[in-house]
Amino acid sequence: MMDFDPFVLARAQFAANISFHILFPSITIGLGWILLFFRMRYTLTKDTHWENAYHFWVKIFALSFAIGVVSGITMSFQFGTNWPGFMERTGNISGPLLGYEVLTAFFLEATFLGVMLFGKNRVSNATHLLACALVAFGTTLSAFWILSLNSWMQTPTGYVIRDGVFFVDSWMAVIFNPSFPYRLAHMLIASMLTAAFLVMGISAWRMKQKVDGPATTKVFKSVAVIAALLAPLQVFVGDLHGLNTMEHQPAKIAAIEGIWHTETHVPFTLFGFPDEETRTTKYAVQIPYAASLVLTHTLDGEIRGLNEFEGEHPPVAIVFWSFRIMVAIGMLMILISWWAVWQLFKLKQKPGPWLLNAASWMTFSGWVAVLAGWYVTEIGRQPWIVQGLLKAEDVVADHSTGVMLGSFTGYMALYIFVLVSYIATLRYLSTKPAASLVAGLKQFTVAGDNNPQQRGA
Amino acid sequence: MLEFWLPLFFASAMGLALLIYVILDGYDLGIGLLLPFASEPEKDQMIASIGPFWDANETWIVLGVGILLIAFPKAHGDILTAMYIPVTVMLMGLMMRGIAFDFRAKAVADHKQMWNAIFSGGSLVMASAQGWMLGTYITGLGNSAISNLFSILIAITLPALYILLGAAWLLIKTEGELFSKALGWAKKAILPMGFALLLVSIATPLVSQTIADKWFSFPDGLKLIPIPLLSAAIYAGLLWLLSDQKVLRNGREWLLFAGLIALCVLAALGLAYSILPDIIIGRMTIWESASSTDSLLFTFWGTAVVLPAIIIYTFFVYRIFRGKITTLSYE
Ligand code: HDD
Ligand code: HEM
Ligand code: HEM
Repeated sequence: MMDFDPFVLARAQFAANISFHILFPSITIGLGWILLFFRMRYTLTKDTHWENAYHFWVKIFALSFAIGVVSGITMSFQFGTNWPGFMERTGNISGPLLGYEVLTAFFLEATFLGVMLFGKNRVSNATHLLACALVAFGTTLSAFWILSLNSWMQTPTGYVIRDGVFFVDSWMAVIFNPSFPYRLAHMLIASMLTAAFLVMGISAWRMKQKVDGPATTKVFKSVAVIAALLAPLQVFVGDLHGLNTMEHQPAKIAAIEGIWHTETHVPFTLFGFPDEETRTTKYAVQIPYAASLVLTHTLDGEIRGLNEFEGEHPPVAIVFWSFRIMVAIGMLMILISWWAVWQLFKLKQKPGPWLLNAASWMTFSGWVAVLAGWYVTEIGRQPWIVQGLLKAEDVVADHSTGVMLGSFTGYMALYIFVLVSYIATLRYLSTKPAASLVAGLKQFTVAGDNNPQQRGA
Repeated sequence: MLEFWLPLFFASAMGLALLIYVILDGYDLGIGLLLPFASEPEKDQMIASIGPFWDANETWIVLGVGILLIAFPKAHGDILTAMYIPVTVMLMGLMMRGIAFDFRAKAVADHKQMWNAIFSGGSLVMASAQGWMLGTYITGLGNSAISNLFSILIAITLPALYILLGAAWLLIKTEGELFSKALGWAKKAILPMGFALLLVSIATPLVSQTIADKWFSFPDGLKLIPIPLLSAAIYAGLLWLLSDQKVLRNGREWLLFAGLIALCVLAALGLAYSILPDIIIGRMTIWESASSTDSLLFTFWGTAVVLPAIIIYTFFVYRIFRGKITTLSYE
C-alpha cells in the first residue's frame, strides 16, 4: 500500500473543498446582480419576457446558491478540523473577519433568499426587488470579508506577533491590506464573467435546440454586452494585480513567469516546461522584453528570479501553467464577447450558428479561469500559509492517515456526484421549451416540479 | 473588566446561537425525518412548509461555530479536531440534505424519489451526528468506552426531539389530513423523547465528574432544581395536549411548538449551568481560551449592532410567510 502523508492529505482535502465551494459563489455573486437587472427591466418596461427570463434563471440561481451554502458550511468547519493551528495563531485576526462575514453577509443573503425565491406573490413588487438586491449585496459583501482575510494571508499588515500569536495593531491596515483592493476587484469581475458566460452559453444552447423564446435573445444580448465590457477590464485589473504581487510576493511572480535568474530585459515565456531539477524552463517560446515591459513598464526592468528564493518558493510548473490557462481564457472571453456584440449590434443580426457554438463551448469557461486563478494565488503562496510568517506545515492537525484518507475519499465521491447532478440538471432545465412557446397550453405541467405554472425563458 | 465580561458575552451569544439553531434547524430536520411516512403530495407540502426558511435556519450553526472560532480559537481547534469524525459525518449529511432539497424540485420526475430518500437520509445522518457531537462535548471530549456509549445514547435520542419539532411545525403550517398525521407523529415521538431526556439527565453526571460535582453540591446545587421541575411540568403539559387534542385542534396548534421551545430553553440553561465557566469541560475555561480583548471588542460592536438586526429581519420574513402553506411556488 502506498504511504500517504496526512499533511498532504489535509492539504488536498482542503484544496478540494475550497475548489468545489468556489465554483458556486463565482456563479451566484454575478448571477445575483444579473437577476436583479432582469427584475428591474421588468419593473420598468412591464415586458413579460424579462419576467420569464427572471423565472428561468432564478431556479439555476437557487440551485447554485444551495450548493454554495452547504459547501461553504463545510469550509467553515475545515478551518478547525484541518488547520487548528492556523486559528490558534491568527485567531485574533481571522476570527473577527470571518465573524463579520457571518453576521453581515450570510444572514442577509440566506434570510432574504427565502423572500426572493418564494415571496413574489406575498410581498409588493418593491419589497421583492429589495429582497433581490439584498441577496445580491449579501453575496458581494461575503466576498468582501473572505477576500480581505485571504488577502491578509497573502500580504499581511497591521499586526504584531507576541509569543508566536498574532495580535491586531490596526484594523484598517488588516482589512485594507495591500493586495485586497486588487483581489476584490479581480474576483468580483471574475464572478460577473463566470455568470455572464454561463448565461450566454446556456442561452446559446437553447437557441441551438430551438427551445428558446423571445426572452432568450434579450438575455443573450444583455449578457454579451456585460461580458464585452468586463472582459477587457479584467485584463487591466489583472495586470495591476500582478504588479502589486511583484512588490509583495516576488517569488510568486517569478514562478508565474518561470524566471530562474534575476535579470533585466526579461522575455515573456509564452509556453515552456519549468523544471525544478535543472532549474530551467525547457522548450521555452519567448517574446523578447515582454515580461520586463508588462511588469516594470520599461524594457530593461529587473525581475527577481526563483533562485533568490531557493527552498522557499512555490512549486513552479503548476503556478506557471495555471496562470497561462487563466490568461488564455481571459483572451478568449474578450474575443467571443466582442464578436457577439459586433454581430448583434453592429450587423444587427441574430446570433449565427458559429457564434452559438462558440458561446455554448464557453459555458463553464469562467469556472476554469477562476480555479486556475485561485491556484496561482494559493499555490503561489506556498510554503507559507501567512506569507513570510507562518508555514502551512506548522499548523496542520495531526489526524491519522486512515481518518484523512476516509474523509478525503468521502468528500471526493460526494463532490463528483453533486457536480454531475448539477450539470445534468442544468441541461435538463435548459432543454425545456421556453414559457412563451407553451403559453396557451394551460395544462403544461413540468415533471418533477411542484409548481404547475412552471415557466422558462 | 472587559477581560472578564467579553468572553462571558461571547459564550452566551454562542449558546444562544446554538439554541436557536437546534430549534429552527431542528424543525426542518424533523421534516426530513418524517418525510418517508408521508404520501407523495404531502411530501411536497412538507417541503413547501420549510422552503423559505431552511437556509437561514442553517446559518445559525455557522454563527455558533463562528463565535467559537472568533472568541475561543484555542478551544475551537481542540474541539473540532477531537470531533473530526462526527463533524465530517455531519457535514456530509448536511450537504446531501441541502442539495437534495433543491434538486428534488428541479430534476427529472423519475429522480424525485431518489432525492427524497437522500433528503431524509441526510437529515438522519445529520441529526445523529449532532447528537454524537453533543455527547462528545459533554463528556469533555472523552474517548473512553463509557463516554462513547453516552455519545451514542444522545445520537439516538436527538432525532426524537427533531421529529417532535418537525411535527409541531407541521401543525402550525398545515391543515386537514396532514395536520392529523402530524398529530399522530407527535404522539408517537413524545414518549421516546421523554424517556431519552430522562436517560440523558441520569447519564450526564455519571459520565462527567465535573458536572456531577456541580449538580450535587450543597447548597449551590439547589439553584438547579427549578430546571428539572419546570421541565417535568412542561412535559406533562405536552403529554396532555397531545392526548386531549382539543386545544391543538381549535386554533391553538402553536402550543406544542411553544412548549418544545420552552423545553429546549430549559435544557440549554441546565447545560450552561453545568458547563460554565469551562469551554472544554474540566480542561479549559472561557477566559483561558479567549481571543485578545481588542479582537473581542472589535467583534462585540458588530455583534451588538447586527445581531438585533438579524433577529428583526428574521421575524419580518417569518411574518411574510405566516399562515398555512399550500404549495411551494417560485413566484
Ligand atoms: C469570493 C467569494 C467567496 C470565497 C473566496 C469563499 N466564499 Fe464562502 N460563500 C460565498 C462567497 C465566497 C457566497 C457568495 O457568499 C456564498 C456562496 C454561495 C452562496 O450562495 O453564498 C458562500 C457561502 C458560504 C457559507 C454558507 C453561508 C450561509 O449559510 O448562507 C459559508 C459558511 C462559507 N461560504 C464559508 C467560506 C469559507 C470558510 C471560505 C474560505 C476558506 C469561503 N467561504 C470562501
Ligand atoms: C476560493 C477560492 C480558493 C481556492 C480555489 C483555493 C485553493 C487552495 C489550494 C489549491 C490550496 C493548496 C495549496 C497547496 O497546498 O499547494 C490552498 C491553501 C490554503 N488556502 Fe486557499 N483557496 C481559495 C480561497 C481561500 C480563502 C478565501 C482562504 C481563507 C480565507 C483560503 C485559505 C487557505 C489556507 C488556510 C490554505 C492552507 C492550506 C495549505 O497551505 O495547503 N483559501 N487553497
Ligand atoms: C487576461 C488577463 C488576466 C490577468 C493578467 C490576470 C492576472 C492575475 C494575477 C497576477 C493573479 C494572481 C494574483 C496573486 O495571487 O498575487 C490572478 C488571480 C486570479 N485571477 Fe486572474 N488575470 C486575468 C484574467 C482572469 C480571468 C478572465 C478570470 C476569471 C474569469 C480570472 C480570475 C482570477 C481569480 C479568481 C484569481 C484568484 C484571486 C485573486 O488573487 O485575485 N483572471 N489573476
